[in-house]
Amino acid sequence: MMVPVVSVVVVALLLWLAVWTVVARDAFLAVAAFVVYGLLLALVWVRLAGVDVALTEAAIGGGLTGALLLGAVGRLRRTEAATTSEGASIATRILAALLALSVTAALMVAVLMLPEPPPSLAPMVVPAMPATGVGNPITGVLLAFRALDTLLEAIVLVIALIGVWSIAPDRAWGGRPGLRYHADPNGILAYLARVLPPLGIVIGIYLFWAGADHPGGKFQGATILAAMWMLVQMAALADAPRTDAASLRAGIVIGPLVFIAVGTLGLWTGGTFLGYPAGWAKPLILTIEIALLPTLVLVLALLMNGPPSRRAVP
Amino acid sequence: MNVETLFALAACALIGIGLYGLIAQPHPLRKLVAFNIMGSGVFVLFGALAKRGASAGLAADPVPQALLITAIVVAFAATAVTVALLLRLIEVADSASLSDKAPQGHRSER
Repeated sequence: MMVPVVSVVVVALLLWLAVWTVVARDAFLAVAAFVVYGLLLALVWVRLAGVDVALTEAAIGGGLTGALLLGAVGRLRRTEAATTSEGASIATRILAALLALSVTAALMVAVLMLPEPPPSLAPMVVPAMPATGVGNPITGVLLAFRALDTLLEAIVLVIALIGVWSIAPDRAWGGRPGLRYHADPNGILAYLARVLPPLGIVIGIYLFWAGADHPGGKFQGATILAAMWMLVQMAALADAPRTDAASLRAGIVIGPLVFIAVGTLGLWTGGTFLGYPAGWAKPLILTIEIALLPTLVLVLALLMNGPPSRRAVP
Repeated sequence: MNVETLFALAACALIGIGLYGLIAQPHPLRKLVAFNIMGSGVFVLFGALAKRGASAGLAADPVPQALLITAIVVAFAATAVTVALLLRLIEVADSASLSDKAPQGHRSER
């Protein structure tokens, strides 16, 4: 079978951008290349028949991670010159290159020696899908067959947020995160921040809802909703929330709590933790997804905001 | 050669490129970017294996693909924690150096 030219071009660009992020002279160029790399990676996922993964990659891998790193570059600039003088010695570089080459070579050998026919769990997933009540096999895996992974992931997100918050200096604990944005109230940013959110909210909720039967889902939808909230903050139309607000904290933990509650319920009704009783899978999956949405939106946006940095007492 | 083998081999190269950057680049933010390149190489390799597992009428094995979505989100969360740590390090030490010899702590009273 011939490889389509598009795939070869995508691979060439991908490798070129990856090399660029490593050799670029300053961090800003490296991060800019990384953002493009993330978007290109979304194309790779489309070529690999993973539209759900492509949406996640474009939204989170390229979009949010890129924005996070771009924000950090600006604040790290003044420290950059000092560290360039501490560059690895020639010997270290040669050793690193040898190590990288041997890891790559070993992996390539493994790839070329993969077993035929390839192992796959798809034949087990497809017959079990009707029992879940959802049509998208990825959603079926995320919320029925491998729901435990998704539960742990939601908990990891909350722990990551606690980790970011706990880096705050003592005096700022419970205060608002980040710096207060200033923007021209009549400028283009404020205009966009008024026009885009209504559309973004509809698209975000559509992606969330469509995820049951089509590519999409709560992560992709939540990222768009979080991005809309960030836009409103950057245009100074709304400030970041106080991190000691009880309602905010309740919204953050509601997803994992409902997930655990449904899972515990499964102990009695389904016979196992996270087991769904026959006929109840769809409503229970929907309950979990709806509860996870506020958690994901809040955690993604607050991870972007960073640790509390302004005094809690106004 | 088919598409999944091409991307799997490219993924091996990405892992190598990221690993080299992680060791050779002195600045922590550059290390973080390199680590993300390395991670994405692992993801692409995994995704290529998912494409190989296409059967039962599906274009790819949905189980590794679902795990990939989880992995991308967790990688973002870990990156966010690292960036926060890094920014706090500069705030406290006024330097992003990871070197043992670097001056440190002279502005820790802030």
